[in-house]
Amino acid sequence: MPYLSLAIFVPIVAGIATLVIRDDRDAGQARWIALIGAVAGFLVTVPLYTHFDTTTSAMQFVERTEWIPRFDISYHLGVDGLSVLFILLNSFVTVLVVWAGWVVIEKRVAQYMAAFLIMSGLVNGAFAALDGILFYVFFEAMLIPMYLIIGIWGGPNRVYAALKFFLYTLLGSFLMLVALIYLYNASQSFEIVDWQKLPLSLSVQILLFVAFFMAFSVKVPMWPVHTWLPDAHVEAPTGGSVVLAAITLKLGAYGFVRFILPIVPDASHYLSGFIITLSLIAVVYIGFVALVQADMKKLIAYSSISHMGFVTLGFFLFSTLGMEGALVQMISHGFVSAAMFLCVGVLYDRMHSRQIADYGGVVNTMPKFAAFAMLFAMANAGLPATSGFVGEFMVILAAVKANFWLGFTAAITLILGAAYTLWMYKRVIFGAVANSRVAALSDLSRREFWLLALVAFAVLAMGLWPRPFVDVMHVSVQDLLAHVAQSKL
Amino acid sequence: MTIKADLATALPEITLLCGACFILVVDLFLPASRRHISYWMTQVALALTAWIVLTNVRADPAHGFNGMVIDDNMGDLLELTAIGAVSLMMFYGRRYFTVRGIFTGETFVLVLFALLGMIVMISAGSFLTLYLGLELQALALYALVALHRDRRGPAEAAMKYFVLGALASGMLLYGMSMIYGATGSLDLDRVAQASLSAPSDKRLLLLFGLVFVVSAIAFKLGAVPYHMWIPDVYEGAPTPITLLIGTAPKLAAFAFALRMLGGALKGVEYDWQGMLIVLSLLSMVLGNVIAISQTNIKRMLGYSTIANMGYMLMGFLAADRNGFSAAMFYTVAYVMTSVASFGVVLLLSRSGFECDRIDDFKGLNQRSPWWAFIMLLVMFSLAGVPPTIGFYAKFSVIEAAVNQGFVWLAVVAVMASLVGAFYYLRVVKVMYFDDPVDDSPIDSRGDARVLLSANGLALLVLGILPQPLMGLCALALTQSHF
Repeated sequence: MPYLSLAIFVPIVAGIATLVIRDDRDAGQARWIALIGAVAGFLVTVPLYTHFDTTTSAMQFVERTEWIPRFDISYHLGVDGLSVLFILLNSFVTVLVVWAGWVVIEKRVAQYMAAFLIMSGLVNGAFAALDGILFYVFFEAMLIPMYLIIGIWGGPNRVYAALKFFLYTLLGSFLMLVALIYLYNASQSFEIVDWQKLPLSLSVQILLFVAFFMAFSVKVPMWPVHTWLPDAHVEAPTGGSVVLAAITLKLGAYGFVRFILPIVPDASHYLSGFIITLSLIAVVYIGFVALVQADMKKLIAYSSISHMGFVTLGFFLFSTLGMEGALVQMISHGFVSAAMFLCVGVLYDRMHSRQIADYGGVVNTMPKFAAFAMLFAMANAGLPATSGFVGEFMVILAAVKANFWLGFTAAITLILGAAYTLWMYKRVIFGAVANSRVAALSDLSRREFWLLALVAFAVLAMGLWPRPFVDVMHVSVQDLLAHVAQSKL
Repeated sequence: MTIKADLATALPEITLLCGACFILVVDLFLPASRRHISYWMTQVALALTAWIVLTNVRADPAHGFNGMVIDDNMGDLLELTAIGAVSLMMFYGRRYFTVRGIFTGETFVLVLFALLGMIVMISAGSFLTLYLGLELQALALYALVALHRDRRGPAEAAMKYFVLGALASGMLLYGMSMIYGATGSLDLDRVAQASLSAPSDKRLLLLFGLVFVVSAIAFKLGAVPYHMWIPDVYEGAPTPITLLIGTAPKLAAFAFALRMLGGALKGVEYDWQGMLIVLSLLSMVLGNVIAISQTNIKRMLGYSTIANMGYMLMGFLAADRNGFSAAMFYTVAYVMTSVASFGVVLLLSRSGFECDRIDDFKGLNQRSPWWAFIMLLVMFSLAGVPPTIGFYAKFSVIEAAVNQGFVWLAVVAVMASLVGAFYYLRVVKVMYFDDPVDDSPIDSRGDARVLLSANGLALLVLGILPQPLMGLCALALTQSHF
């Protein structure tokens, strides 16, 4: 079975099918079509995990068809331990966002659902693509649905945020296109695997590094090109924030392991100090920035940047522990950030405010919600037994092994993360009921309860027993590190 | 060579000419209420010409009339695209013409003569044929711009177009005469041989001639700094005529450039390459930057044309088959996209209302999700975002430039694209994020709707499967004569 093609096209076809419902009076039908499409999209990805061979680093589930012979571009799909989990994560999160937007979205429901489903298919395509141009097409095309999601269903300043998101990302990816074409001219192939074997001089490697780095660092986002993220998160509807944080940021980090490290290993070693510095700035400085935010979504957005700093830090330590920690952190952050944004969404749907100051004493009126939020806040702060702990701990351990002060600086995040998350939690949830609107809040609906319960299960499972996740990636990580250690000069 | 073989090379031109003359006469005897008969006759003449082109496709290039006319695959492909663009223009513009009182026989005949000029240019084998086609096309277009002669805007636009166009024609003639002086021939092939082995004392004259010819080409394409006429003519002309000017003549100008620079003047390739770099760079940057400040969509698309021609030239200046085929693919893709863009503008225009401000697109998604989607495809195609054909067009010209070592030019090009993305996105923003100010239903003819939908979807379908068109352009060039 072509599972990867199914993972890409089931959601896209479902999205197009949803568009048939044009009238908002029939929104119910659009929702059901979308949910069925999303669940089907998730189910077809399950075999990718169950049939995955964890003993090899070779590409699996490979599909290859000639696509544009004029430039030797092929429709070449395949996954290894580095990418397979993200396809599952993405398909899972798509189910969440469709469900999360169930009654909340009232305006142009069909288009909303379609945008998320099409987005989901495109993201799967980007994770599965083994051809440079195929990757680029998926990578760019997903900007279109996301632009519309932020711009149509977003908050008051949505137009600005949508445009900023689009142009920032486009800047990076255009430079990447030039790099891809350069590599094609050097190797006469668009196969990513061929590029990984291509010898390149250091000066060329550095230029390619810069081009790829522009594309992926914007997407991650790394300090100082992170400024689009808080705007996009704040203005996007809940589902948009969830997909942005849980999925598209991961795509940026994935670019590092699929393109930058294997294709330009010498430049990666040469510039690792630079990346580590930027990562530490993200971890520490952005942590402080998060501390002072008055807007809940902005706070989580900054916390995302800070957590993603760990990922890039882990990559450039060039050790198994660091790399695996970073990958685990990516998946964990996918669950935790999704959960945090869903929680804010629950509050926002009731109060139509994201300001921390408007809340207080929510626990009195929404005890079930407070319990879930507690778990997710702890996971965000990196408490042991939650998924947030595993990745951060592995990266810190790897950092300490590389250099004590590096590890020390990175570990500051444990304090900062706890400070900003728990402080926000305290101000929103605890204390006396702040005002009459909080007093009038109703607790979680059944839909919201099961939605959060689903994520809570994932967060706990990954925290308590990370083995299944690490096993999948282990061989591929080892292979990648062995490859990166070899000079291409 | 027999006269029969000669005629066979020029059969499409002859068919079109006969058709135009026939319609000119028949239309005189038709009352105004029967005008649709001459309209359909025009469409039939176009279809017939396209059919003749298709049935006369030959594997090897053929010369006719002592080398005055060339019939090759590149010419066939460009002619078919031009005929298609003109035919679509007539379909999309029919309602526009009708409600503004210019649904008349002279409009149709002038359009056919303009097209005739273009296909003569496309299949020209000598300087004289080239110039003849160019003038025929230009004169018909000047008149078409002034169809609304009693209004100020069109009259002004036509005047500007005419004065600047005449200047460009003069430059071309001047340049051709110098090249003739240096090489002693008007035949493209013989000029090519002479330019490859030009003695150094003739070379200077040849280069002087080249400068004037490149200027004329740049004028026809609308490349900076010969772009001044574009925004005013685009804005002032009736919208279907803007569509016409913005699309089919670019194909003819491409053929013109290819036969002149890639063919006749390949001996001074290094020199024109340098000139085109400047033209391409300026067009990409200025076109995109100035487009940002436009509020009129026709003007904006005008500046977008300027920028797009800059990208096309970037592929062209690679000066190898790969580059020429990329530039050709770019031109064809651009024409398809551009036809659709003006098609949507025409669809939304109605009696007494010109949909020519960007704000007129406000809330289109709420008025009609389908047309908003088509316009979205057009805008993303112009911006070069996959999965639309515009992406592969940009991709192939960038590839051609990088292949020849112009990496820096490619980087400037993508940066200019980023600027361009800003104003294309603004149209999407207006359609999707704003609320409508105008709730009147969209009213148009069924055939225009179907064709415009197909035209718009083709941008997406060819964006997902670009190989057929890309391969066709590459194939047409390998079996062509230039």
